[in-house]
Order: sequence, then structure tokens, then C-alpha cells
Amino acid sequence: MLDNHAKLVKVIASSAGIVGRKKLQKIIYIMKKLGYPFEEKYTFHFYGPYSEELSLRMEELTNLGFVSEVKEKKSNYYQYRYQVTEQGEDFLTHSPVKIPEVDEIVSNMKERSSRFLELVATMLYFDDLSKEEVEAKVQEVKKKSNYTIEDMQEAWRFIHELKH
Amino acid sequence: MMAYRDEKLHEEKVFKDPVHRYVHVRDRVIWDLVGTKEFQRLRRIKQLGTSNLTFHGAEHSRFNHSLGVYEIVRRILINFADRPNWNKEERLLCMCAALLHDLGHGPFSHSFEKVFKLDHEDYTKQIILGNTEVNQVLLRVGPDFPQKVADVINKTYKDKLVVSLISSQIDADRMDYLQRDAYFTGVSYGHFDMERILRVMRPYEDQVVVKESGMHAVEDYIMSRYQMYWQVYFHPVTRSAEVILTKILHRVKALYEEGYQFKMEPTHFISFFEEKVSLEDYIRLDEAVVYYYFQMWADEEDSVLKDLAYRFINRKLFKYVEFNPNLQMKEWMELYQLFHKIGLDPDYYLVVDSSSDLPYDFYRPGEEEERLPIHLLMPNRELKELSRQSDIVEAISGKRRTDHKLYYPRDTILKLSDDRPEKKRIFELLYQ
Repeated sequence: MLDNHAKLVKVIASSAGIVGRKKLQKIIYIMKKLGYPFEEKYTFHFYGPYSEELSLRMEELTNLGFVSEVKEKKSNYYQYRYQVTEQGEDFLTHSPVKIPEVDEIVSNMKERSSRFLELVATMLYFDDLSKEEVEAKVQEVKKKSNYTIEDMQEAWRFIHELKH
Repeated sequence: MMAYRDEKLHEEKVFKDPVHRYVHVRDRVIWDLVGTKEFQRLRRIKQLGTSNLTFHGAEHSRFNHSLGVYEIVRRILINFADRPNWNKEERLLCMCAALLHDLGHGPFSHSFEKVFKLDHEDYTKQIILGNTEVNQVLLRVGPDFPQKVADVINKTYKDKLVVSLISSQIDADRMDYLQRDAYFTGVSYGHFDMERILRVMRPYEDQVVVKESGMHAVEDYIMSRYQMYWQVYFHPVTRSAEVILTKILHRVKALYEEGYQFKMEPTHFISFFEEKVSLEDYIRLDEAVVYYYFQMWADEEDSVLKDLAYRFINRKLFKYVEFNPNLQMKEWMELYQLFHKIGLDPDYYLVVDSSSDLPYDFYRPGEEEERLPIHLLMPNRELKELSRQSDIVEAISGKRRTDHKLYYPRDTILKLSDDRPEKKRIFELLYQ
């Protein structure tokens, strides 16, 4: 029951919470692209790969009380902090769902900015293209984000690190 | 000689349409695309999948809808033609993308995608770029034209304004399906003043915005989306049919994997079971083929497959109760054991279905740059997000209702002898 929900709770539990809806969106997408068994459907949006299904599932988890969502005010915007509740921990102990170890990869991504993860997710979205084509496509679809050559080099390094 | 991309039909062709009255075609390219076998296949795919088991009128196809989206975009572009920010050169590209945006949908695509790990958007792209009649037509426009159409549909085209006509929070796709689904299901919600919205839409940098004076028409559209979600798309009976359909596909795949001998080889499904679906296999699987197999499976030896297929064909659906997976976790575990005891495999007959299991969404104002919201163009040329201006929209786009339902075969359990303690306990747990 609720296997896909349980996988998300596990990711959030593994890293003592995740701050930022965008960050969560990109973390799950990157993990999915790396072969982790997430089933949320992603499509390309203005800000890169985005899953409405994931957004709705997170709302379900907060409405059920498995995950707490705290809205925090930043200088000119709000962001959301997600943490697993006691009930969420209890739910995990009853769930038969199996997912490979996620602690290291999630904490690795958590330290990065959501802007950087957006770049990595976008590059992975175009992984059927060559490296040069990916870079050209990123500049084309994310013109306003002004990613530099250095940003992309760092993203390639990060992808390599995640894969190995 | 006129270039193929600019070629007009000698006389305008019209399709009679119950939603838009007429769909007008003057461009040779559009007419040729409609005639391709891949586009004609959409006649054999229902727009609303299993909803016809709840709303018997809902038999309309993806073909109707695709023509409708094309027609809306055609009308928007008449309005945009001489406005600043709009590049007229993109007209044909927009109309082709509108017409072809659902090309890769298969029969009951939501369930098929979940069970067989498919993505209809991938197949849309493959049909547009692969060795198909559609690709041949698009290639005649220009060597890079198929890729451009695929990019617009995939939302990765460089001109975001073009993309937002086909997919955004107030796009031609949604405006067509809301009205069309309302018409064919026969419900009284789902209607809004589209003509008014089309008149107040404006191209603005890289997005489509709506003049502030049109806010009330947009409110109506958002309300209609909200109501259609709960009344039609998320109808619990439709969800029951979807649950059974999904379980049939899971069962038949599991049987194939364990080497079960089917009475009739499920030829059309084998590449789906093996998750190696070629474009050719994908295109030839339409609803008629699926129903044929379901009829065959209703005569199989396997009791689970036989029962589920019979239920789907004859609308013997599962019943449901509201379910809270947090508060009722213990009850769930007990039910799971009880179902085993009475010989019903709970993996097929005790199913929790959640609101996130369906592919429809509400309006979301879009915090943290998640998704571009609807912007109103104020008289001073500033943009304001819709829910900040409209109390109605703010009220329905805040904290949203989510739900979970537990589906089970009530008829089968009722047939158990009253002497069986499991029967009494199951009903106690379900209806406590």
C-alpha cells in the first residue's frame, strides 16, 4: 500500500529533511535518472523537469501527517521545509517497499543549491544528446538562468561523481 | 510555385464539431496530417479512458480532442497575428504542434504507462521523428520541422511563447478538454466563456498572459477545472474501473513472466510484458485490440485474470470506502490477512487508490518557480499572478483536498457464507 509514497518518505527521512520544493523535485528527478525506482512522471517545464504527481503526492503525505511542511520566510520569497513525522516513521516500518541506500546521494545533493540541481536535472533530461548538444540545448531552453561554461563543467563533474 | 508550408487548399475544409461548431482547415499541411494513419489511429483511443463506465456519453476520442486543440490555437493566432511579441513565422508550427500533441497516447494510456513503464510523450516524439506518415508530411515543410514540432510538444522549444500556447496553465489543450469532456459526459460544469478568454489573451515576452479585464472569464475557467476534477475526472466509479484495468495488466504480465500458458498467445502484448515496445507494436495496439484480449482473458483458466477481465467487460466494479492510511494502518493489515484467509489475493482485490494516482491537476499559483502561473496584464503593463488578484481563485488554489479510497469486491465477499467469521469482521473493519 502506498509504495510510491513510502519511497518519498524514505528520501526525506534519510537526510533529516529537505528544504525547498524545487530542490525536492530535482533530487527525485536526478535519482530517477540514476535508476532509483521512483515512478513519478516528469515533464519539462519552464524551470526544468517537474512532476505534478510528486507535488500532489507530497500534499497527500502532509495531509496524512506523515511529513510536516513548514513554510519559512526568506528575504523575498517563501520556502518549504519537509521533515518526516513520528507517524511517518511508523508508516515506514510497516511498508514492505524496498529502495536502495539513499543517505549518501541525498545528502550530497542537499548541499547543492536548487539552481545548480536545476541545471543538473536539465542536463540529464537531454541525456540522449551528445555533450555539446546538451550544452547548446541548456543555453537555448534556460536562456534566462544564465548558466556559465563553468557551471556546466561543474554539473558534468557532479553527474560523473553521482554515477560512480 | 508556392512552398508546401504556405500551400492552401483550394476550398476551406470544415469538420462539424459539437464544441466549437466548426473546425476550419485551410492549410494543406494540416489537411495532410489529419489524413495520416497515425493521426487516424486516434479515432480508436477514447479521450477519457474508463469514464464511459460512469458517464455513458463519454465515448469521444483523442481524434476529436486533437482537432479541437488545433481549432483553438488557430483562433488564438488570428487574434495574435498583428500584435507585438508575436512572430508570425511560428503559425504553422503552433498549429501542427496543437494537432499532434496527443499523438503518442495509447489505449487507457494512464494505466498502460504505469504498468508497462511507458511514457506517451516519448511515443509522440518517436511518431513525429520516426519512419511514419506524419514524419513524411512534416519533412516536406523543412528538414528541421519535425524536430521543431517535437520540441514544442516536449516543451523544450527555444520560443517559450509558442510552447505556452500548447501547454501552460491556461492553454488550448485544457480549454478544449474541459469543454469537450463536459459536453460528452453531459455534466453541467466545465463551461466557461472561451471566446472572451481568447479575445483577452496577449503574447507578452515569453508567455501568454490575460488582460486584467478578462479576469472573471479566467475565474470561470479555473472553477470549471476544479469542478470537473472532482465531478468527472476523479469520480470514484471511474477510479474503480481504472483500478481493475490496472490489476488486469499487472496480472497478465505476472502470468507471462511465470510462463503461464495462455489459451491464446497474447501476441500484441508480448513486447509490453518485456518492456521493449517498438514504435510499430505501440501504434498497432488500440482499444479494439485491448478489448478483444480482455474478452479472451475472461475465458482463461487463471481465476484472478478471468474474474478481473469479466468485471471490466461487464462493469462489475469494485466498491469503495474512504480510507485514511495513517489512522487505519492496523485495520489495513488485518484486512490484508483476512483477504488471504478467504482466498482473495489482496494484491489484486484490496487496493488503495490515491488522488495522486490520476493525471489531472488543479491550478497552482507556483511558489518557488515551480510552474509558471497565470499572469494578468494590468493597465500599467505590470504582470500580477491570478490568485493575488482573484479571491475566488485564491480560495480554491490554497491547501487542497487529497483523498484515498479503498477498493474491494463487495459482491464476492457478500457471497461468502454468513457462518464465516472473516466475512463479519471484514465488513466491521470496512464500515466501522
